[in-house]
Amino acid sequence: MVQPTIEETRLSTEQAIQTYREGARISDVDALVVDGLSVYYETESGTVKACDDVTFTLKQGERFALVGESGSGKTTLAMALMRLTRPPGHIAKGSVTLHERDLTNLSDDEMRQARLSEIALVPQGAMNSLNPIMRIGKQITDGIIDHLLDDDPTPNKEELDEIVRDLLTRVGLRPGVSRLYPHELSGGMKQRVAMAIGISLRPRLIIADEPTSALDVVVQRQIMQTLGRLQEGLDASIMLVGHDMGLVAQFADTIGVMYAGKLVEVGPVEEVFSDPKHPYTKLLIGSLPSLQEKREFLGIPGLPPQLVALPPGCAFADRCPSRFDKCGGSIPEKLDVGGRRFVACHLYEEEVQS
Amino acid sequence: MTEQTQAVENSSRFGGTSVSQIFLGIFGHFIVKRFLFFIFVVWLASTVIFIIPRLSGQDPVKEKLLLEAQRGGAMQTGLDAMAKKYQKRFGLDQPMWVQYTNFLKDLARLDLGVSIAFFPRTVNEIVFESLMWTLGLMGTVTVIAFILGTLAGAVLGWPRRPGWVQYVFMPLLTLAAIPQYLLAMILIFIFAFKLGWLPLFGGYSVATLPELSFSFVIDVLRHAVLPAFAILFSVVGFWAIGMRGMMINTQGEDYMIQADAKGLKGSRIFMRYAVRNALLPQVTGLALVLGTIVTGQVLVERVFSYPGIGDILFQAIRLSDFFVIRGIVIVIILGIAGATFLLDVLYPLLDPRIKVRS
Repeated sequence: MVQPTIEETRLSTEQAIQTYREGARISDVDALVVDGLSVYYETESGTVKACDDVTFTLKQGERFALVGESGSGKTTLAMALMRLTRPPGHIAKGSVTLHERDLTNLSDDEMRQARLSEIALVPQGAMNSLNPIMRIGKQITDGIIDHLLDDDPTPNKEELDEIVRDLLTRVGLRPGVSRLYPHELSGGMKQRVAMAIGISLRPRLIIADEPTSALDVVVQRQIMQTLGRLQEGLDASIMLVGHDMGLVAQFADTIGVMYAGKLVEVGPVEEVFSDPKHPYTKLLIGSLPSLQEKREFLGIPGLPPQLVALPPGCAFADRCPSRFDKCGGSIPEKLDVGGRRFVACHLYEEEVQS
Repeated sequence: MTEQTQAVENSSRFGGTSVSQIFLGIFGHFIVKRFLFFIFVVWLASTVIFIIPRLSGQDPVKEKLLLEAQRGGAMQTGLDAMAKKYQKRFGLDQPMWVQYTNFLKDLARLDLGVSIAFFPRTVNEIVFESLMWTLGLMGTVTVIAFILGTLAGAVLGWPRRPGWVQYVFMPLLTLAAIPQYLLAMILIFIFAFKLGWLPLFGGYSVATLPELSFSFVIDVLRHAVLPAFAILFSVVGFWAIGMRGMMINTQGEDYMIQADAKGLKGSRIFMRYAVRNALLPQVTGLALVLGTIVTGQVLVERVFSYPGIGDILFQAIRLSDFFVIRGIVIVIILGIAGATFLLDVLYPLLDPRIKVRS
C-alpha cells in the first residue's frame, strides 16, 4: 500500500483549499482554444456524432473540468485533443489550437513530438495503462528518449536515473519504485506513476482522464492534491475529465457539461453550481446528495438519445422538464449569457437578445 | 498458466514436501517443487502405460510367434514351449508386482528393454537413432517456423503496417489449411519427381554410409529440404495466426493507448509494447510444441520414408513391437513433462507477473 508522504500529511484541508482557490494562478493567455471540434464515427448504421461542434477556451493555469454521463463524449473529446482518435472515428471538422499552434494541421510526426512535451495525458493509472512487463523507470524514460531532437545530447544512464528519481519524488513516491513492475504497485501508486510520466517533459496542458476512478476517497484526495501542486509547479493548464461532481467542485475553476456529444454549458464552477442554467445541469446538480437536507435521491428520468439517431432538435428535449415548442424543431446555439458563461438552450434566447 | 501453476501447487503436497525441505536452501523451493512434479508426472504416465497393455489380456510374445508361424507356415508344435521361454527371457512370467518394480528400475536407469521385431537390438538404440533424425529435422523446422510465423503474425496484427504486407503474407497463411501429408506429396511430385532437383525419399542416399564428411552432410541436408518445407509451410501459418490474434488483442489494452499518448516512436510501441506482450502466449505454445516434437511427424516422415521417430513408431505398431512402442511413448512423456518443467522455470524471466512465491 502507498504511504502518504510526510509533505501531504502535513498539508491540511484548509491549506489545500487555499492553494486551489488562488485566482492568481490563472493568467490571461489563451492556452487552448477548441473551435467547433467534431468527432464522427462512421458505422454501418450511420454516422455517430460522438462529439459535435464543441467550442471552449482554456486560459493558461486554468483548471477546466469536463463532466457528463458515460457515453456523452468526454473521453472522445479528450482523445481528439491529442489526435488519438482511432478508426472508424475521425476528426470531421474544427480546430484545436494550443498556444497559437493548430494541432489539427501538424504532420503525424510533429503531433507525436507534441504529445507528452506540450499536451500530456494522465490516464486512469489504477487500470492497465502501464506496460505490465516493463519496469517503472523504463516506462518513464522511454517517453523522454523518444522526444530527444536530433541535436540533443543522448542522456546517459546516470542522468536518466536522476530524472526518474526527481520525478518520482515529486509525485510522492520512493525512488526505489523505478525498479518495480506495475503489478507490484497499489492503485494509488500506479496513479502517481502515471502523473510522473505525464509531467516528465513539462507539458503546457495536462489532460487528466478520470484520474481517481477505482481509488478510495482518501487516496483520491491525495492524488488530486498532488495533481494540483504539480500543475502549479509547471504553470500548466489542466483539463479534468470525470463524472465525480464533488471532486470537480473542489478542484476546478471552470466546468463544462457535456450531453450527447455536445457541450451544453460552460462557466465558472461556483456560479454553475449555485445557479445552473441548462435544465440538464440543473437536474445533474439537483441529483447530488446533500449533507444539509435529507431528501429522496433524485435521478434524471429517461435515457440519453442514441448518438446515431439524434432528434432534429435539442438532444435533451425528451427528458427536459422545461421543454417547449421550439425544442423539438431546432438545435440550440451556444449563447453567451455573460460572466464567462455559455449555455446551449432555447430558454435563454430571448434573455440574451434583449 | 495459472491452472498449471495451481496444479503444481496441489500436486507437490503429494509427499514431495519433506524432500523439498531438505533441498530448500540449495536450489530454491520453486524449482525443487516443479522438478518433483516432473518426476511425479513421468511416474504416473509410466504406470499407466505399464497397466493398460496388461488389461488387454493379450500376450505380445505369443501373438508374435503365432504371426510368424502363420506367415512362414512353420510348424505349430512347440509354440507354447517357445512362448514360455521367451516370456521368461522378457520376465513376463514373474508376478505382476515384480514386473512392475523391474519396469520402474529399468526406467530409472533409462533402460527401455529390447525390441521384439528387431531383436536383439535394444529399444534405446532404435529410439535414440531415430530421435536424432527427428530432432534434427523437427527441432530446426519448429524453431524456424516459430520465428517466421511470429514475425509475420506480428506485422499482420499491426494496424500501421504497410499495405502490401497482407498481400505477401496472407497467401502464405492459406497454406496452413493444406494437410501436411498432401503438401508433402505435392512437393515430392513437383521437386523430386518432375524436376528431379531433390531426392525422393529417405534421410540419406541408399548407397552411402553415415559418416562425418562434407558430402554426407550435404546429402542429409538435401534429403531434409522437402520434409522441412512440407512441415514449415503448414506450421508457419499456425504461429502467424496465433500471433496476429494476440497482437490485435493488445491493441485494445490501455497501455497501448497510453504508449501513443506518450508520443513514443512507432517502432518502440511495436516492439516493446505490442510484440513483447503478445509474445507471452506464443512462448507457452512453443514450449509445449517443443515437448511434442519427439513424437515426430508420423505422416510426413512416412510419406518421405524419413528415418525419424514417427516412421519407427509406424513400423513398431505395424509389427506390434510392444517394447518399441512403449519406449517411444516414454520418450514422448519425458519430452512433454520436460518442456513443461523448463517452461515453469523460465517463464518468470519473461513475465514478471509470474513470480516465484516465497
